[in-house]
Amino acid sequence: MRILYYLLEKEFLQILRNKSILRMLIIAPIIQLILMPLAADFSVKNISIAVVDHDHSTVSRQLIKKITASGHFKLTGYKDSYLDGLSMVENDKADLLIEIPIGFERNLVRENSQKLFITINAIEGTKANLGGGYLQNIIRDYNSELRMKWIPPNSGPNRGQVISIASTNWYNPYMNYHLFIVPGILVSLLTAMSSMQAAFNIVQEKEQGTIEQINVTPIKKYIFILGKLLPFLVLSVIVFTLGLIVSKVFYNIWPVGNFGILYVSLIIYLFAMLGMGLLISTYSETQQQAMSLSFFFTMIFNMMSGMFTSLDSMPNWAKIVANLFPPSHFIKIMRMVVMKGSDYSDISSHLFWMFGIGLFLTTWAVLNYRKTIN
Amino acid sequence: MITFSNIKKTYLKGTVLALDDVSLDINKGQLFGLIGPDGAGKTTLFRILTTLLLPDSGTAIVNGLDIITDYKKIRDSIGYMPGKFSLYQDLSVEENLHFFATIFNTTIEENYELIKDIYIQIEPFKNRRAGKLSGGMKQKLALCCALIHNPEILILDEPTTGVDAVSRKEFWEMLKRLKLKGLTILVSTPYMDEANLCDQIALIQNGKILSVDEPHKIVSNFDGKLYSVKSAKIFQLMTLLKSYPDLKSCFAFGDALHATFLETTNYEELAQNLLKKGFEDIEIKEITPSIEDCFIQLVNSNK
Repeated sequence: MRILYYLLEKEFLQILRNKSILRMLIIAPIIQLILMPLAADFSVKNISIAVVDHDHSTVSRQLIKKITASGHFKLTGYKDSYLDGLSMVENDKADLLIEIPIGFERNLVRENSQKLFITINAIEGTKANLGGGYLQNIIRDYNSELRMKWIPPNSGPNRGQVISIASTNWYNPYMNYHLFIVPGILVSLLTAMSSMQAAFNIVQEKEQGTIEQINVTPIKKYIFILGKLLPFLVLSVIVFTLGLIVSKVFYNIWPVGNFGILYVSLIIYLFAMLGMGLLISTYSETQQQAMSLSFFFTMIFNMMSGMFTSLDSMPNWAKIVANLFPPSHFIKIMRMVVMKGSDYSDISSHLFWMFGIGLFLTTWAVLNYRKTIN
Repeated sequence: MITFSNIKKTYLKGTVLALDDVSLDINKGQLFGLIGPDGAGKTTLFRILTTLLLPDSGTAIVNGLDIITDYKKIRDSIGYMPGKFSLYQDLSVEENLHFFATIFNTTIEENYELIKDIYIQIEPFKNRRAGKLSGGMKQKLALCCALIHNPEILILDEPTTGVDAVSRKEFWEMLKRLKLKGLTILVSTPYMDEANLCDQIALIQNGKILSVDEPHKIVSNFDGKLYSVKSAKIFQLMTLLKSYPDLKSCFAFGDALHATFLETTNYEELAQNLLKKGFEDIEIKEITPSIEDCFIQLVNSNK
């Protein structure tokens, strides 16, 4: 135990002395947490729309006004022919093109039906999807508005019936996207920091040859490993705490649930991630190798752990794979505790998974870590 | 004190032979030199001895302890200084020393007597980071760190490689003083001129021990008489000598040729012959062989 204390003393001395690493460890995650949620926002605004109005009627003008007034769209062109409008899409000046045919109002009144033509630039998937969706919503709204207006009140049964839907969003009533994404980003920052930095630190000893000098001492294997991993556990907990403060200050997000649960989950998560870092270090001889390996995994973790997209939309086999990634579970836990105030009983399966994966990775790493290098 | 018996070690799944049936005995209190060129197997032998590497076959006993079964106890009794500087560059001189003392469960004060002579020289820089020290200073610090747990055996892997002539001399003097304190010291070096500073040396080449003896005995075991043949036109001289039927061996050594001849050779006649061939400045004289001459002879006779 005394030796562990001196190992830790040495590690902290080295970490605190290396100013650039310290900055990377503490300040970089905070800046990332402040900046990244601004970009990772899936609610689409400022979609540019071009209009080709062949009708020039009251109804067509009202429709256009309704579209621009919604706040999602920005009218960038008002053209006379479809080809002119299309060239705007081609030149990236419009994401959406709506064409209103001649006699739109007249046919609508006379025949009770009319067609609109929408062209969507599908280069940016989300924008196209959501933009098209928003537009259809607005048109549907306007449609029912028109029906209510034009159908005489006593014109007979069943003609004005519409199902109206009232929905409430639980746990995130205003569909605040930040509430969803900030906890996820915090987890991904911890992922990078804990496993990568621990791996680099151990590999650095190999690179500089200091591990030779350590290996001829009677230090026990597990003491040396603990001495390497504990400092990064402590640093990760500090970064996590700072992250919670940043979330409160910049996004006004404060966990609804219990902090104890959050930190217990954090420690189990770090156990798994540090185990992974250790494993990476046993397979790398240079920091560059460790960097490539951990970069590979962090990329997959960031994309496949449900931070941006729902895990449920993946094929079954991919879901099974994602289930083996500790971040998938911790992101779930974070969201459940932060947004919903979940209890141990709600998250126990995730804790169990993380602990199991951690145990597996650590055992593998320790078996692979040889004091006698061959 | 240290016994190697039939140690064999290969790398890359047996394709590279690093040590070939090495057997050695090193007595207590000796300053033992392992001498051979780069790639001879010196570091491999030391890494086996320091329990960092397992041999493919053979056994080694250190201080009555087997390197495989008792490796933990061995680690307590040896001090190892690897060829590459391997202390923490970002820790200061004092912090490094303190750290290595504590992981051996001891303190600087407890064994200060042993390192005092050496540490005193670097003490003025004790707050400097190890990475910022000069080469000679780094080496002294590394030696202090290897000694801080008061080991019985000190193993130094090429301690003088890349060190200037003055520091090399100083270093060997430090080793001599340490020997007086009862330590058994193992040094490897590619410099043949350092061999004479050891009590006993082993010449090693391609993983094989060529000879183990006291330096002067190795010299006196030189086969035949060695002559230095000198001329300004050294390359022409070499080609000519090699066609000479009485020649046994010849190789360039600095600005002269070192050659051995058959016992029946008439050196007067040889000198006259060479003079006639246009080597006006020819100079032939018998010399005492150096360790390097012995090494080359042993290498050639082992081929």
